[in-house]
Amino acid sequence: MNRQIVIDPVTRIEGHGKITIHLDEDGQVENAVFAVTQFRGFEKICEGRPFREMPSLMARICGICPVSHLIASAKACDELLAVRIPPTAANLRKVMNIAQIVQSHALSFFHLASPDLLLGMDADPAQRNIVGVLKNNPELARGGIRLRQFGQQIIEWLGGKRIHPSWVVPGGVNGPLTAELRDRILATVPEALDIIQKTLNWFKRTLARYNEEIRTFANFPSLFMGLVSRDKELEFYDGSIRILGAGGNILADNLDPARYTEFIGESVEEFSYLKSPFYEPLGYPNGMYRVGPLARLNIIDRAGTPLADQELAEFRTLERGAVLSSFHYHYARLIEILHGIEKIEMILNDKEILSSHVRALARPNAFEGVGVSEAPRGTLMHHYKIDEDGLMVWANLIIATGHNNLAMNRGVLQVAKHFVDGRKLQEGMLNRVEAVIRAYDPCLSCSTHALGKMPLLIELVEPDGRIVDELRREK
Amino acid sequence: MSPNVRVKTLKIDGKDVSAREDQTILSVARENDIFIPTLCQMDGLTSVGACRLCLVEIKGSAKLQAACVTEVQEGMEVVTDSERLHSYRKMLIELLFVARNHICSVCVSNGHCELQSLAQRLGITHIHFPFRYPKLAVDLSHDRFGMDNNRCIRCGRCVRVCDEIEGAHTWDLMGRGDASQIVCDLNQPWGSSETCTSCGKCVHVCPTGALFEKGKSSSEMSKRQEFLPYLTLMRGDHNE
Repeated sequence: MNRQIVIDPVTRIEGHGKITIHLDEDGQVENAVFAVTQFRGFEKICEGRPFREMPSLMARICGICPVSHLIASAKACDELLAVRIPPTAANLRKVMNIAQIVQSHALSFFHLASPDLLLGMDADPAQRNIVGVLKNNPELARGGIRLRQFGQQIIEWLGGKRIHPSWVVPGGVNGPLTAELRDRILATVPEALDIIQKTLNWFKRTLARYNEEIRTFANFPSLFMGLVSRDKELEFYDGSIRILGAGGNILADNLDPARYTEFIGESVEEFSYLKSPFYEPLGYPNGMYRVGPLARLNIIDRAGTPLADQELAEFRTLERGAVLSSFHYHYARLIEILHGIEKIEMILNDKEILSSHVRALARPNAFEGVGVSEAPRGTLMHHYKIDEDGLMVWANLIIATGHNNLAMNRGVLQVAKHFVDGRKLQEGMLNRVEAVIRAYDPCLSCSTHALGKMPLLIELVEPDGRIVDELRREK
Repeated sequence: MSPNVRVKTLKIDGKDVSAREDQTILSVARENDIFIPTLCQMDGLTSVGACRLCLVEIKGSAKLQAACVTEVQEGMEVVTDSERLHSYRKMLIELLFVARNHICSVCVSNGHCELQSLAQRLGITHIHFPFRYPKLAVDLSHDRFGMDNNRCIRCGRCVRVCDEIEGAHTWDLMGRGDASQIVCDLNQPWGSSETCTSCGKCVHVCPTGALFEKGKSSSEMSKRQEFLPYLTLMRGDHNE
């Protein structure tokens, strides 16, 4: 008797998706797929609108990472204007982008993932949340909330609001930084650095408890992709694309992000609204690659800031070659937070940062533009085409979560095969299946461009559709 | 005030006020710091009573009157704010929102929009009518300006300023009722207009983001309207 288990929706992620686990006649896992059940349609909505509206419009894709979309969109618009934006504007955008990455990573690690890590994968689901963390380790929870605030506060100070600021515009930003504000941001750096260093130490001590998960959480060879700076350091705003092979070898380097269509193919699965990009030269599905914190730390030569470089050296000792377990996305996220805070300090101490020349003014000079930046979850691509008047005629978006689609599916299958036993279904087993998805910190609302129900429902369904078992978790 | 002008006395919201005989209720109310919402009215342009937001109650009359086009009378008793008026005004604003696609969050005029700030002032938090989502194109064919019919409330300020002040009469209203639309010359792209002088007055009297300067991103289009009272003063007009 073949059966299937459906986890719908997956909890403690951003957006709505479901996992379907197919069991064979002995109750063993045969297959498992992760489907994104929501549809957004931004690529269509934008058609016919003025391109200068795009940064604000596209930012509405996501309430968690509006800044990431703002940045990628503004970069695509810079290409339409065909201008070189003032260096200070690029630096100010970088500060806001990093603040976004820090706050999103803090949300992912502390609010969404840390309940599993602190309280255990099998802990009571009623406790396994940020409130449970607050009870059991108040310092950890408070630190997480403060770190998120650190990032959000910088976004608000720079852009006027925490969510959906409109300060980043085609050609630069719409106002310079004041000395007073620079100093106010710099004053918040020491506390943030202290919190992240303590958290890293705590996390490294707990790693030993999760050997089984590390071994099985989407731990397989794959390619890794991301932006690197000219010096091959960690880069979130600009740079070229580097692709790392499964063995840790550099497969492709110095790729121009604007020419992404030459090396990235996009396929569509019937069961999901999320498309599955792949590395074109290796074809589908062998061209499966991962993006995001783990990928970024795998592909770079060094981080580029002193404290993060120390941590990176330690991180690299986890495995020979590339670090393959997606469980280590969490670890990588913490190192990126550390790097981000150091980098913000570095950029703000640049003597040109207070320059009042922060915007290049121009009319559209090109009909096509690609903007690529690193969002918290990985490489983000906005590609626009406009008509002579500057009205949008076409858009293609590849969202960070989309790049990871093939790898997430592979991870779900791996974890389900290892942990799920259809003969005696337990909540903790299924939580691990969700947790592997959580490790990627997918943002489904972003990636499909959102409707869904929040309670978790797991069903055991017979081939004739009869429900034989059911686990229900109310909101 | 010349000695020949006759003075009328009336009550607005229970307050005794005096006015010139040719003044409208709206103008007297404003002189006395009494708020009456408006969208189509603009000092310096002819009042047309199109938006109906300035409706007031007049004692002895069952009909509501538009304060911008109703002249004062001796002994008139006017109520500018009642539950009935408030609910009508909210309804009118809500209908403006559903008629077109007013996406404040990404609009060039976000934060500088008369429709948006009036909705906030009237305490509108929800829309109780189904949205119509008409499919309307944006016209960016003009060299310097853009026209987005999605944000237009058809107040006709652009039509009047172009006709009465600039003397070009590039803009006009086409169609009736909900199908009415602001058109350029003979319903053609703005960039192809032979009458438009590119003076930009229409852009700056527009209360929303329907008319805007090209190059502005979301929230960046604030309107400068000081030119209008200045122009009318210097020309010696006294339109209200």
